Amino acid sequence: MTELYLLLIFMIIAAIIAIEIKDLLSSIIAVGAVGLGLSIVFLILKAPDVAITQLVVEILCLIILIRATLKKDLLFSTTGRWFLNTLIVAGFISIFLFVAGKALRELPEFGRPIMKVAATYLKEGLSKTGATNLVASVILDFRAYDTLGEATVLFTAVIGVLAVARRVGRKKQGSELEEED
Amino acid sequence: MTIYLLCLILFCCGLYCILRKRNIIKIILGIIIAEYAANLFFILVAYRLNGRAPIFSPDTTITNMVDPLPHALVLTAIVIGLATTALLVIIAMRIYEKYGTFDITKIKELKG
Amino acid sequence: MSREHGKGMSLIVKTVTRLTVGLILLYGIYIVLHGHLSPGGGFAGGVIIALSFIHLMLAYGKEIALKKLSKPILSLFESIGAITFLSIALLGFSGGYFFLNFISKGKPFKLFSAGIIPFCNIAICLKVGAGLFAIFVVLVLLKFDAENKE
Repeated sequence: MTELYLLLIFMIIAAIIAIEIKDLLSSIIAVGAVGLGLSIVFLILKAPDVAITQLVVEILCLIILIRATLKKDLLFSTTGRWFLNTLIVAGFISIFLFVAGKALRELPEFGRPIMKVAATYLKEGLSKTGATNLVASVILDFRAYDTLGEATVLFTAVIGVLAVARRVGRKKQGSELEEED
Repeated sequence: MTIYLLCLILFCCGLYCILRKRNIIKIILGIIIAEYAANLFFILVAYRLNGRAPIFSPDTTITNMVDPLPHALVLTAIVIGLATTALLVIIAMRIYEKYGTFDITKIKELKG
Repeated sequence: MSREHGKGMSLIVKTVTRLTVGLILLYGIYIVLHGHLSPGGGFAGGVIIALSFIHLMLAYGKEIALKKLSKPILSLFESIGAITFLSIALLGFSGGYFFLNFISKGKPFKLFSAGIIPFCNIAICLKVGAGLFAIFVVLVLLKFDAENKE
């Protein structure tokens, strides 16, 4: 399990670099390091489906973020109550860590999941669905309503992107189209 | 137990970035980091010591599989995260087009 | 030739793209079709198919990629994916309830098995791939407009 600790520490260092560096493009590349490390962690934790999806989604996410920040000036304001704001945020995070550390004691120990629901899936998954990949049978047969909701959210997000990106006013669009010709 | 704490520290890095930074792109990066930490926590809970991936084999019967249910939940959450990130990015680009800056304090001042 | 070199990236990138983009598309289709047998499935395969078209667009410029898949065709594909998924779910009412696996299961470890799961994978692949590629196309076109205005 030492490789897991090493990868997690690498991810935390990359996240701190991503937060504190001044240049936005370098910051995005550091977030890419966090995501690719996360993909390797998923592979070590025996989740190959999630690892493949995380790898390809990370690449697409990086492309979208880089398109957004190319050729933009980088303004940073250093005014304001720096000391007080940092103190408040640090206090909030320490309270959060304290409460979460208390709550972690109620969780099952690492490496011994409870698996009350999953025991049924493991026992009857092959005979009930015929799919040998259990994750696919959980996604598309036992819990297909999850996938239906996911499809709805994805549809809504795509419609939102198209609506925000659309230029206001049809007349202006027509004139610009003529200019392009 | 230490590994859960490391995962929480990664979440807190994202939380600090969301609360403290003033650049909109930095805030989006903080949201992405916090989302990664949440996904990692689900997969950590599902892990079983010396377990195997939840895929049946034609030759042998495998008894020590890891929990497949959180994998299914995280698989949908990753794709939804990408779509919502794209929505945030395009709103940030619209804000830049209108106000000429990514700084949220300056946007507040411009509004009056 | 010289005019074509002006759009997109250099000749080396274009040649490598011509060699690899078909393989990437084929790999995506393989991942979708074997989603119920091996790791992968509709989500990962859809994103890989979208990435192959994004690869084409980054190397050759936006005109050639948009000639193959324009924005109305993309929204048509996404709607087809959503309607296919819903109608597969609705067909389950023929045997009793929503999302019933109503086709015969077949033998395990074969390509044609597991009832409706491969068809659902194909529908989700269409939906995810078309949706994400549409988002990317919109971002590229918006960027172009903003540069024109300045």
